[in-house]
Order: sequence, then C-alpha cells, then structure tokens
Amino acid sequence: MRNWPLWEVFVRSKNGLEHRHFGSLHAADAEMALENARDVYTRRSEGVSIWVVESKHITASNPENSGELFEPAQDKVYRHPTFYTLPDEVKHM
Amino acid sequence: MKNENLIQYIYGIADNVLILGQRLSELCGHGPNLETDIACTNIALDLLGQTRSYYQYAAQLSGEGKTEDDIAFLRNERQYKNVLLVEQPNRHFGYVITRQFLFDAFHLLLLEELQNSKDDTLVAIAKKGIKEVSYHQRFSSDWIKRLGDGTQESHKKVQEALDDLWRFTNELFLMTEDDKIALENGVGVNVLTLQEKYNQRIKEVLDEATLTIPETKYFQKGGKQGIHSEHMGYLLSDLQYMQRTYPNMKW
Repeated sequence: MRNWPLWEVFVRSKNGLEHRHFGSLHAADAEMALENARDVYTRRSEGVSIWVVESKHITASNPENSGELFEPAQDKVYRHPTFYTLPDEVKHM
Repeated sequence: MKNENLIQYIYGIADNVLILGQRLSELCGHGPNLETDIACTNIALDLLGQTRSYYQYAAQLSGEGKTEDDIAFLRNERQYKNVLLVEQPNRHFGYVITRQFLFDAFHLLLLEELQNSKDDTLVAIAKKGIKEVSYHQRFSSDWIKRLGDGTQESHKKVQEALDDLWRFTNELFLMTEDDKIALENGVGVNVLTLQEKYNQRIKEVLDEATLTIPETKYFQKGGKQGIHSEHMGYLLSDLQYMQRTYPNMKW
C-alpha cells in the first residue's frame, strides 16, 4: 500500500456548482480512488459528484515564476467586472 | 403476534448488526491505511445507526421503560442472538474483509425481503438500510477481488480466511422459533429461501477473485440460540465496560 499513487479529489457539492478541489488520497487505481474519496471526503454529505485524477497528470505552475505570472495582473483593476451591476437572477458569479 | 416474539425477532436481526459494528469499530485507528480505516469506520457507524433504530423499536415494544442502551449494553451473553460469523475476531485485514463480505451478501438479501414485512417500522428501517448495505457489499466485494486476485500472499491469506469462516455461513439460514412465528404473521423473512441466491452471489465474486469455496462438512451454529464462541465474552466486556462500570451514565 506504500506504493499506491497519489490522487487528487474534486467534489461537486451540489448540482449547478462546479467541482472543487477537496484534497488528495492514496489508491491503487481509479476505481479505488473513487471509493476512497467517497469515504474520506463525502461522509458528511458534502457532495453529489466526485472526480479523481492521478496527481502526476496535473501540471502545476512553478512558485518561482509567480512574479512574472501573476503580479502584472495586480494593478489592472479595470479587468475586474466590478463596474457592472449583476441582475439578481445570475447566481454564483 | 406477541410483543415478546417480535422483540426476539428484532434481536435476531439487530444483534448481528451491533456485533459486526463493534468488531469493525475495534479497527478505528488501526486500519491498514488512512483511507481504508475511514471506510471501515464508516461501515461500523452505518451498522451502529441501524442497530439504534432496531433497539429503539424493541425498547418501545417492551414498554418497561427500557431504552436502546439497556438492550445494547445490559444483556448477558446468552441473550444476544447474533450468528457466530459476526463475532469472529479481526485477525488481519483479509480476514475482516472476508467476514464482512460473507455477511454483507446475506444482509442485503435480508433487507430486500424485509421491505415486504407487514410491520411498518421494520419496513422503514430496511428501506433506509438497503442503500448503506449496498455500498458495504460493493466495498467488501471489491476488496475480495483485489485480495484474491492480487499477490500470492494476499490470495493465500484471503483463501485461508474463507476456509476458516465458511463454516459459519450456514447458520445465517437457520430459522429460530421466533423467526417462524414472525414469518407466519407476515412480519418476518423466510431466510431459507435466501440461501440459493446467497451462494450464487458469493460464487460470482469468488470466481472473479480466483478463490474457491471450501468443502465444509460440519457447519458451526449456536449464536442464534445465544450459545456463542469463546470470543463473544471478550467482545461484550469491551462493549459493555462503560455501562457496567458507571451504571446509567449518559454521554
């Protein structure tokens, strides 16, 4: 069991919402990862749908590059949609 | 049907669930890894939840001011009517899974039939339990396949567990006097009719797991009459310790 790969777990907490990253766990294969995710992350009825993906398939940005990647966006306030009024019917924006 | 018979019939179902739940909860914090530990503990909690529903109903029927706790914690060994299978100790993970698998297949068939009972409360408990037990069966069947068709070592261990535990399975299908009375009154399930489906279901999974049912000549029984194996006393002393030491204590 020590050789089991790591999996990332995404859970949709209710219909209409997107899947969100909940955490990670170990499992021998995808089927077991789903079952483990069900037991570890949805035992208090947190979800209606689960995705699992082996962690090695995720390509992550390098924290060392965060300056060039993310800081240029910080002083561009006009990119935020705060200048519009949203109708009440639009939820989860 | 007299209340006393119905209460005994309920014990015959619920005590299995309690004792297996207790066995699984012994594993809390001792599972082979975090994920499996939580899975086993979840199943234990499902079973204890079902037990509470049964015992609350039995306590209400007894009408002597009894509570579910009195029934769970203050009976003597002979008064527990669980089968020998569920009281067998946790020897290793493969053994735990095999015991679970052998019980789950029966448990699901029983609850499916119990849905047709004339007793509304039992029907409600069965309907609620079926979803949980379907998952238990899926979990234990998957593990049987993984271990049976896994490494040489896991195959050997789970086959040995099966060889040891199979002799307790026949007892699941014996009818007690209270079972017969409950059946005659349209309340109880005829467990005799479940055995064929049970064997079929077990065999399907075992075939896939490359495991074989042992040729057992002598089947163990007694639990349904309250005559338990040597492990039961130790289990009960753990289970009952708090209530016996601090009578009437509450959480």
